[in-house]
Amino acid sequence: MIPIFLIFFPLICGLLFLFLSGEKVKHLALISSLISLILSAYTWIQFNNSPESVLLKADYAWIPSFGVHFSVAVDGISLLLVLLTNLLFPLILLSSFNKSYPQYFYTLTMLMQSALLGVFTATDGFLFYVFWESALIPIYFICLLWGGENRAKITFKFFAYTLFGSLLMLIAFIAVYLKTPGTHSFSINALYQAGSLLSVTEQSWIFLAIFVAFAIKMPIFPFHTWQPNTYTTAPTQGTMLLAGIMLKMGAYGLIRWLIPLVPLGFQKWGFTAIVLSVIGIIYASCLALVQKDFKRLIAYSSIAHVGLISAGILCFNLQGLQGGLFQMFSHGLIIVGLFFIGDILSSRTGTQTMTELGGIVNHAPEFSKWFLIILLGSIAFPLTNGFVGEFLLLNGLYQYKPLLCFFGGFTVILGAVYMLKSYQTLMLGESNIYKAAGAQNFKDLTRTETAVLLPIAILILILGVYPSPLLKMTEPSVQLLLQNLKMSIP
Amino acid sequence: MLAARHCASHSHEVIMKELLFISGLSVLALLAEIFNFKRFLPFLIILGLSGLFGICILDWNQAPFSIFGTGMMVVDHFTLAFTLLFSFITLLWFLTAQDYFQEETSLTDHYALALFALVGGFILVSYTNLAMLFLGIEILSIPMYVLAGSRKDDLLSNEAAFKYFLMGAFASSFLLFGIALVYGATGTFDLKEIHDKITNSPFSQNLFFAGLVLIFVGMSFKASLAPFHFWAPDVYFGSPTLITIFMATVVKISAFAAFFRLLSLAFFPMESFYIDLLWGMIALTLLVGNLFAVAQTNVKRMLVFSSVSHAGFLAIPLLCQSESSGNALFYYSLVYSIASLLSFTVLYLVDKNTGLQNTDAFSGLAKRNPLLAFVMSVSLLSLAGIPPIGGFFAKYFMLSLALSKNYLGLTLLAILGSLIGVYYYFKVLIAMYTNTKPQALTPEQNVQPFTLSYLHSIVLFFSALFLILIGIFPETFMTIISE
Repeated sequence: MIPIFLIFFPLICGLLFLFLSGEKVKHLALISSLISLILSAYTWIQFNNSPESVLLKADYAWIPSFGVHFSVAVDGISLLLVLLTNLLFPLILLSSFNKSYPQYFYTLTMLMQSALLGVFTATDGFLFYVFWESALIPIYFICLLWGGENRAKITFKFFAYTLFGSLLMLIAFIAVYLKTPGTHSFSINALYQAGSLLSVTEQSWIFLAIFVAFAIKMPIFPFHTWQPNTYTTAPTQGTMLLAGIMLKMGAYGLIRWLIPLVPLGFQKWGFTAIVLSVIGIIYASCLALVQKDFKRLIAYSSIAHVGLISAGILCFNLQGLQGGLFQMFSHGLIIVGLFFIGDILSSRTGTQTMTELGGIVNHAPEFSKWFLIILLGSIAFPLTNGFVGEFLLLNGLYQYKPLLCFFGGFTVILGAVYMLKSYQTLMLGESNIYKAAGAQNFKDLTRTETAVLLPIAILILILGVYPSPLLKMTEPSVQLLLQNLKMSIP
Repeated sequence: MLAARHCASHSHEVIMKELLFISGLSVLALLAEIFNFKRFLPFLIILGLSGLFGICILDWNQAPFSIFGTGMMVVDHFTLAFTLLFSFITLLWFLTAQDYFQEETSLTDHYALALFALVGGFILVSYTNLAMLFLGIEILSIPMYVLAGSRKDDLLSNEAAFKYFLMGAFASSFLLFGIALVYGATGTFDLKEIHDKITNSPFSQNLFFAGLVLIFVGMSFKASLAPFHFWAPDVYFGSPTLITIFMATVVKISAFAAFFRLLSLAFFPMESFYIDLLWGMIALTLLVGNLFAVAQTNVKRMLVFSSVSHAGFLAIPLLCQSESSGNALFYYSLVYSIASLLSFTVLYLVDKNTGLQNTDAFSGLAKRNPLLAFVMSVSLLSLAGIPPIGGFFAKYFMLSLALSKNYLGLTLLAILGSLIGVYYYFKVLIAMYTNTKPQALTPEQNVQPFTLSYLHSIVLFFSALFLILIGIFPETFMTIISE
C-alpha cells in the first residue's frame, strides 16, 4: 500500500495546485513535499521492521489483456532512491521561491516527483516505461517555460535524444515480453526469466538497446552531448531535478532493468560499457578543467562522477554496487548543493563566469563555509559522503580490473584540481575586483538559502562519518541480485 | 476470426435499424428546409446521433446478425464498435463545427450531406459483399466531393473538390474493375464465398490477382496510403478546415475499416501474395508522411501530412492479421480521431482569431488562452505518442502487433517516424509556450481578447480529458471487439 501513497500523493497535490493561485501555492507545495518526506521515513521504519512486509508492495491489474499490472514494491535499492527523491524535493522547492506562474511550476514539479517515485518502485516493465516517459514531460516544460537563452532548441534536443533512447528500450522490452510464456506478462520476474533464456545474440541486442536508453539519461560518454547545454540553460530547479534525481533513473535502470534481464548480453558487452564510462570520466574531467562558466563546470563534473558510478555498477560486484548506490545518494545531495550555489552566485552578480568574480569570502563568510563543505564532498575528501562512495566504487573497479581503477581514480584527482581551482578563483583572492556589474556588495545567505544549504552540508558530513545505515539498507537486495546473476551466468 | 463469426450470422434476420436510422436522419435534414424547421435541426441531429449511439449499445449483445436480405451486410461487434466511434466523433464534430454551418447559406444541405457520408461509413463497416463495398465507398465519397468544394468563392476549395472528384472517380473505377475481375475469377461477390473459394477449390489465379491488385489500388487511394496519397494533402488543405476534420477522421477511418474487413473476411488466405506489397506501402507512407510534414510551415498542411503518416500506423493491422488486430485498429482509430479533431479544431479557432495558419499564429497561445493551449498540447502529445496519453498506447498496440509478427524493420521505421513526428509537433508546442504573441499581428488585432464560446470550451476540454483517460484506462477500448 505504501508505494501507492508515495506515488499518488504528489500527483493529487500537483493537480490541486492548478486551481490555486499566487503565493500560497509555494507554501503548500513545500508542505506536501515534507509530508512525502515523512511518508518515506515511515517506509524506512517499516522496511527496518520487516523488509518483506506486504505494506511495501501493491499489485493491481491494469491492462489485463496485455498482461500489464500496476505493481509497485519497495526493496532496499528502491528505498534508497525514494528517500533521495523525497529528501531533495523539499530542498529544491525551497530554493525556488520566486518563480513566475507558480501554480504551473509547482504542478509540474509535483507531477515529476510522482513519476520519479513510480520509476523507482515499479516492478512491471510496462509501468516502468510509462513512468519513465511521464517524467520527461514535466521536466521538458519546466526547462521550456522557465529556462534561459536559446532554451527551445536546447530542451528539444534533450527531449528528442532521451525519447530516442526510450523508444529503443520499449522495443527491447516488447521483444522480451513476447518471449514470456502463456498469455505474456510484463512482470519483472517473468521478464527476467524470459530474458535469461534468450540466445546470446538476442540478449546482446537487447542489452545494447536498453543500455543506450540508460546511457543517454545518465549520461555516459559518447551519449552526453545534450547534457552540458541543457544543464546550463535550464532553470536552476530544472537542473537540480535533472542532475540530482533524474540521472539516477538511468543508474537505477542498469541495476534493476538491464543487467539481471539479459545476463549473457551483459557478460558480452559489460566490459565495453565500463570502458565507455571510464573514458567519460577522463574526458569530462579534462573538459571541466578548462571551463570558465561555473554551471558548465559542474555539468562536466557531473558527467565524470556519473561515469564512475556506472563503471562501478557495471562491475557488478558487492563493493561496486554498494558504492554505486551510496554514491547515487551522495551525488544527488552534492550536485543539488553545487547548482544552488551556482544559482546564488549568478543571481547576485549577474554572471557565472568565474574569472569575473573573486574574493567573495570577505563579504559572505557563511556562504563560503557551506560552499567549502559541499565542495569537499564533491572531491571525495575523507569524512565526507563522497569519499565513502568513491572509495567503494574504486574498490569495486579494482577487483574487476586494476588498470580501469587507475583511470577511474582520475575523477578524484582531476576533480580536486578543478573544484579547488574554481573555489580559489571565486571565493579567495582580493575582494573588490569584481568586474561584473552589481557585484559590489555581495550579500550573505538569507534564511531560506541557509535552510537549503545547511541540511545538505550536515548530511554530507554525517554520511561521511557514519554511512552504515544506508549501506545496510541496500546490502540484502544487492546480495540477492548478485546471487541471481551468478546462477544465470554459466 | 471474423470469418468464423460471419458463418454463424445467417441464423436470424433483423431489420436494419442503424442504417434506417441514419438515413432517416439525413432525409429529415433535407426536409428541414422545406418544412421550415431549420432552427431545431442542430438539436434534432445531436439527439439523433445520441440515439444512434444508444441503438448500437442496445444491439451489442445481439450481434452478430445479418441485415439487408441474404447477408449483404452483417452487423457484428466490429460494426457496432466502429459505428459507436463514428457517431461519437460526428457528434463532437457537430458540436465544435457549428461555425461552419452557421455561416453557410444552404445549411440543411450540408447537414444532410455529412449524414449521408455517415451512412456510407456504416455500410463500409458492415458489408459482407463486394457490391456493398462499392456502394458504401460511393455513398461516402460523393457527399465529401460536394462538401470539399462548399466554399464556392474560395479558389483552393474549388480546386480541392475538383481534384478530389477526379481522382476519387478514377480510384472508384479501379476498385470496380478489380471487383469485376475478382468476380470473374471466383464467380461470387460474397466475401465468405470468396474466402472459401481461394482456400479450397481451384479458380483462375491470374484474373484473381489482377483483380486483387486493382482493388488494392482503389482501397489504398481511399485510405491515402502512399504512393496513392498524393491527392490527400491538396484536398485536405484546400477544403474548409471544419470539413477537413470530418475527412481526416470519419471518412479515413471508414476506409481503413473497410479495407481491414476486406482482407480479414475474404483475402486473408492470399496473404503471401499481397503482404510484401502492403509492407512496402506502409513503410513508404510512414516515411513520406513524416518527411513532408517536417518541411511544412503551414500548420494545417503539417497536420494533413501527419494524418498521412498516421495512415501508415492504421495500416499495420491490415498487414498483421491476428486475434487482436481488430482491437488495435479500433483503439488507434479512436485515439487518432479525437486527437485530430481537437488539433484541427484548435487550428481553426486560432486561424479565425489571428487570420494565420503558420506556426507563428500559435505564438503565446498559452498566455492568450490557456485552455486552448492545453487542448492543443494534449492532442499533439497524443499524436506524437507520449505516455500516458492515449496516443502512446495506440502506437504501442501497433508496434507490439508488428513485433509479434516479426516485422522488426517496420517497427524501427515506425519509431523513426514517431521521432520525426515529435519534431514537427513540438514546433507548435514550443511556439505556444515560449513566444509572447504572433509577430505578424498588428497591435489592434493583438488587443482583441481570445475568448471561446462555452460550448467550445466544454467540448474541447472534456474531449482532451477523455483522451488522457483512455490512455490511463485503455483496457475497455482495447478489448472491445473481441472479448
